[in-house]
Amino acid sequence: MLNYQAAPLDLAFQALADPTRRLMVERLSRGPASVSELAQPLEMTLSAVVQHLAVLEASGLVRSEKVGRVRTCRIEPTALHSAERWISERRASWERRLDRLGTFLADTDPTSEPRRRK
Amino acid sequence: MTVRNAKHATFTIERVYPASPARVFAAWSSKEAKTAWAYCHPEWPVSDHVFDFREGGREHLVTGPAGGTRHVFDAVFHDIVPDQRIVYAYDMHLDERRISISLATLEFFAVAGGTRLVLTEQGVFLDGYDDIAGREEGTRIGLDNLERQLKQQRAA
Repeated sequence: MLNYQAAPLDLAFQALADPTRRLMVERLSRGPASVSELAQPLEMTLSAVVQHLAVLEASGLVRSEKVGRVRTCRIEPTALHSAERWISERRASWERRLDRLGTFLADTDPTSEPRRRK
Repeated sequence: MTVRNAKHATFTIERVYPASPARVFAAWSSKEAKTAWAYCHPEWPVSDHVFDFREGGREHLVTGPAGGTRHVFDAVFHDIVPDQRIVYAYDMHLDERRISISLATLEFFAVAGGTRLVLTEQGVFLDGYDDIAGREEGTRIGLDNLERQLKQQRAA
């Protein structure tokens, strides 16, 4: 078992499960943007965009602050760059490699019929 | 300024393969076999690969996207029991930054119809990962990996 708390990652996964929110995060990864700038390429109402933003903020992926009448959003890199992410990537990488080992063993099985080989 | 941190983690992954322990062990013990399946990004060119599979021997692999961050893997094989166990210590660098130092233990158990492989990794994961190549690239890497994990979660 990994010895980190899963909840923050769960929230990040939920937040990024939605294609609109992924677009918003991709936009913010290029630099900070106001809410209306975020909404501009999206075909939805401003209030829907604000709701998506709230989910992203709750997940810790995005921060926003209001200056005057403009709310500026920016990515919160620590949510994506933390050591915990790196550890879970390492585990995922091992999972993929061990799956490929299974494929390799099946492909090189000397007892299998030739037609069953790749 | 780099924020220094050192996080420790241990995880275990098990697989059962319909192949003898000798065949599963062999997949780890030769350069040719291991190259066929073991590397995270088969499409990345390998610029340097040393594979000296014996106790005290080392594996050294340099790879990465063309023109991008160099991923450097350095391992020392500490314990090798044919068909039963391999223990090696390794560190990982992204360019000049050391991002982790780990102990990997592979145990091969004969079970009905095949082999149960138990991988245990115990590691310390360092601050170097936090600011590898600027915010944008790091974010994209993070997103790509998140997306991949989400797909895996759905498939599971």
